[in-house]
Amino acid sequence: MKKVYVVDGARTPFLKAKGKLGPFSGGDLAVGCARALLARQKFSPTAFDEVIVGAAMPSADEANIGRVVALRVGCGDKVPAWTVMRNCASGMQALDSAYMNILAGKSHLVLAGGTDAMSHAPLLFGPAMVNWLADWYAAKSFGQRAGVVTKFRLSYLVPVIAILKGLTDPIVKLSMGSTAEIVAKRFGITREMMDAFAAESHQRVLAGRAAGHFSEIEPLIDAAGIVYKEDDGVRTDSTKERLAKLRPVFDKTYGSVTAGNASQVTDGAAMLILASEEAVARYDLNPLGAIVDSQWSGLDPAEMGLGPVHAITPMLLRNGLGLNDLDCLEINEAFAAQVLGCLAAWESEAYCKEKLGLSGAFGAMDRAKFNVDGGAIAIGHPIGASGARVVLHALKTLERTSGKRAAASLCIGGGQGGAMLLERS
Amino acid sequence: MQNWKHWRLVVESNGLGFLTFDRAKPDGSPDSTNTFSSEALRELGAVCTHLAANPVKGLAIQSAKDNGFAAGADIDEFTSFKSVEEAVAMTKLGLDVFDQVAALPFPTVAMIHGFCMGGGTELALACRYRIADEGPKTKMALPEVMLGIVPGWGGAQRMPHLIGAGQALGLMLTGRAVNARTAKRMGLVDVVTPRRHFTNAATMLLQKPPAPHQPALKDAVTNWPVIRGFVASASRKQVAKKARRDHYPAPYAIIDVWEKYDGDPRKVPVGADGSMQKLFEHPTARNLIRIFKLQDRLKALGAGSSDIKHVHVVGAGVMGGDIAAWCALKGMKVTLQDLDHERIAPAIKRAAALYKKKFKEAHLVQAAMDRLIPDVKGDGVANCDLVIEAIVENAEIKKTLYASIEPRLKPGAILATNTSSIPLQELAPGLARPERLVGVHFFNPVAMMMLVEIVQGPQTSDEVMKSAQVFVKKINKLPLPVKSAPGFLVNRILTPYMTEAQIMLEEGIPAETIDAAAKEFGMPMGPIELADTVGLDVGLAVGTELHKQGNPQPQKIQELVAAKKLGKKTGEGFYKWVNGHPQKSNGSGTVDLAPLWMRMTLPAVNEAVACVREGIVQDADLCDAGVIFGTGFAPHRGGPINYLRSAGREGLLDEMKALHERHGVRFAPDSGWMSV
Repeated sequence: MKKVYVVDGARTPFLKAKGKLGPFSGGDLAVGCARALLARQKFSPTAFDEVIVGAAMPSADEANIGRVVALRVGCGDKVPAWTVMRNCASGMQALDSAYMNILAGKSHLVLAGGTDAMSHAPLLFGPAMVNWLADWYAAKSFGQRAGVVTKFRLSYLVPVIAILKGLTDPIVKLSMGSTAEIVAKRFGITREMMDAFAAESHQRVLAGRAAGHFSEIEPLIDAAGIVYKEDDGVRTDSTKERLAKLRPVFDKTYGSVTAGNASQVTDGAAMLILASEEAVARYDLNPLGAIVDSQWSGLDPAEMGLGPVHAITPMLLRNGLGLNDLDCLEINEAFAAQVLGCLAAWESEAYCKEKLGLSGAFGAMDRAKFNVDGGAIAIGHPIGASGARVVLHALKTLERTSGKRAAASLCIGGGQGGAMLLERS
Repeated sequence: MQNWKHWRLVVESNGLGFLTFDRAKPDGSPDSTNTFSSEALRELGAVCTHLAANPVKGLAIQSAKDNGFAAGADIDEFTSFKSVEEAVAMTKLGLDVFDQVAALPFPTVAMIHGFCMGGGTELALACRYRIADEGPKTKMALPEVMLGIVPGWGGAQRMPHLIGAGQALGLMLTGRAVNARTAKRMGLVDVVTPRRHFTNAATMLLQKPPAPHQPALKDAVTNWPVIRGFVASASRKQVAKKARRDHYPAPYAIIDVWEKYDGDPRKVPVGADGSMQKLFEHPTARNLIRIFKLQDRLKALGAGSSDIKHVHVVGAGVMGGDIAAWCALKGMKVTLQDLDHERIAPAIKRAAALYKKKFKEAHLVQAAMDRLIPDVKGDGVANCDLVIEAIVENAEIKKTLYASIEPRLKPGAILATNTSSIPLQELAPGLARPERLVGVHFFNPVAMMMLVEIVQGPQTSDEVMKSAQVFVKKINKLPLPVKSAPGFLVNRILTPYMTEAQIMLEEGIPAETIDAAAKEFGMPMGPIELADTVGLDVGLAVGTELHKQGNPQPQKIQELVAAKKLGKKTGEGFYKWVNGHPQKSNGSGTVDLAPLWMRMTLPAVNEAVACVREGIVQDADLCDAGVIFGTGFAPHRGGPINYLRSAGREGLLDEMKALHERHGVRFAPDSGWMSV
């Protein structure tokens, strides 16, 4: 089988959405890390065969954001580019699409990754307002317009918040947070366990940062001259005790999932360069590692948080691997409940038998090799970018620890899991 | 179809005529730009005579050149005139021919793209309608004032009539160019559309001609007899703030000719102040036209095509940051290196403000910002075509940097330094390939100053010199090749002037008086204010580098720098600065300023003579060009050497000798004084 290499990668600092529009659009973010990434390559940006960008919520003026990014980083008119969308795994889908095209021999050098400026998610008019506006534009005479005016209601102006729609499953009508509550209930994961996990995520990021484990971050500078160097959602004061004071936000009053033990709404991008064996030889590249397998799986949308279990397990099995054959495992922390649910599911004989068709429990993951530098609860989860971030960070971790094999995975709203198996030789 | 040497007329089956201006060279081949020679004007007169006898239903006038409609009068022809009478005759010819265009008995329209300057705008104004290309390259102007003359081919008459005198004077007195959208808003053009629709737009206009544009009431009133006097005197006051009548008579003449003779130079009595004779006789017009031609000469020094696409700038301070921003503005990919992002951030902020000012459209701002890449790790070195080093003025630190950069450069890449005073001889030792080290010296503020000195060290190859010149022209600056000697050309000439001003200050002459004297000579800014503006640390470094044994060294600047009072940027230097303005006390009294400016400027002239004699620049003309475009040295005087020649070598030599006696050896006249 052909080898597909990851040559290099970079990401932006992940910037927490603070209510107002963030300083960068989705395009700005992807360009911001990609142009720094490209500046250190031995080949010109025009050498790419294609550019693929995952984005779950590109803004209205960045339609086909992949092409926007390709042109802005100087790939030139002739490099085709496209945008992919698989909700929270859009960035991983971009990598997988690049992987597939290289495997098929159609591409040799691909710029792929993901971006989302969730703070830029639009406010929309509701259907009542849209219909009223249509009547208004259709009205020609003064009399007609006067008639339309009388039908206006102030309530029409209440906006539809696109991001809330996006984070609600339209089939089972559950918010993503509520699906995490369901997973917690199934495996008996308590509020205390969630908060402890969340606090540790912050601590692991802080420790990783102090040890220089985030070399993939390329700082950004905005037009006002402000420098953004680090993921700004990470808190030095996040403890179990403080987290315990937060109120549940999805299943209010009686639930356990809070803003503190869920991933943050964030702006960010991560971009990687994938290459075939021929391209590596042609440009004399020194790859970071290789993608050796990938897997997409489906499950009940109401338990979408268990997606990684359904994606990783068959991928490892067909490669003859168990959980602890991995030197590094990155599972995107959409919710503490969901990540803990995944670990519990693998340890549950009943779940593994019933849902995965195994003969017994799959195993217990060594926490020392799992999300070693924390995850999205502290760093944030710009949904289009996270899939690319976990792959990049897993490879960076292998490089740092001289590890051989890693997996990166995400749960996906709508009831899916995605995973990639990575190697470094 | 009917052909003249410079014009082609096609009458379409619908009865409309399309007249194409395609200026030919003397050998008949097409020239690159449309300019009006007397021959081209006479031919246009012949076209009009032909059309008056064989009328069409309407006439559209267009340019065959890609770069624009027309750039105005043929300056080469203008400067070849032996007498003022010839120049005046050329003025009358243009007026009469454009009057013929205006009198054609059918609707006419000018189709304007690209440059439409001076005579080009005046021809367009002689048409009944104007269509302009909406693209960013469309520029309309009456820039005659910059050459010391009045728009003489009907512009001073037709423009106030069309858009009101308030707007028209604003354009004529500044020479400012407007884009298509602004021109439309002012009423200068009737239709703005992409060039691809020109034929359709002209056809629709000519087949159903609407009423010609009339100025809005608020604009029209400025032409009314009672108001006219107010507008004229208000304009004179505005002009007086910027330029003195004895230095720059043209803007005053524009106001006079418009106020008293409705903008028609033919009506101005011969010998009257605003007359063409007076203006052409005045040295300012001659000097400004010479500068215009010198500008073309500098541009020609950068002629050719350049492969440089990626520039790596090291040092994101004021100079390095602004050089990087300028290169990205002009389409280069730029990696900007400094020790950390915090040091690069102010440059990015200034770049964003510059791009917002230069580009009205957000997507163009974004594209320029995308091209300017912060690069803390210096990754750009390995891929760039040109490195511009703009770090601290210390030869050892620079050499250490080169040692780390050079091994990573591409084979063909050029290594340039923006040093303002360190000779390349001191920087080249240790380089593996010293022939590719060249000086590319920008001036502060980068976005404003046109000149860039291209410094040739003894080791710099001619090929690298040429590439650097072409690159500088490509980013729309004026390249001036100079030899590598301390201070190169511009700083070497400026330094004695700045130093003398500071010595005078220490003698007790008020800063305000010194600055006023320099402005009376014609400097755009006085030397004390200039020192504060540039930064006293920078000035001190250059002054120290260029200080000659035996000359006095100003003390105050050293004290101020030691006290971290660096001028405008720290809020205090020689002056206190509030909101970016120096706080000057009033009243230099009734001191005779001439001896003061004589004392400051003659050392500069003397140094200029030395530079020409030593061959720092190729010739005296290029020396003048360098000093004017690099420092703003009294443009109406045409540069230091031109000043020496026109004010009289003997007289100035006597002044020098007197100063030598009084103040010492720094006033010893250079040996080239009488011959250069």
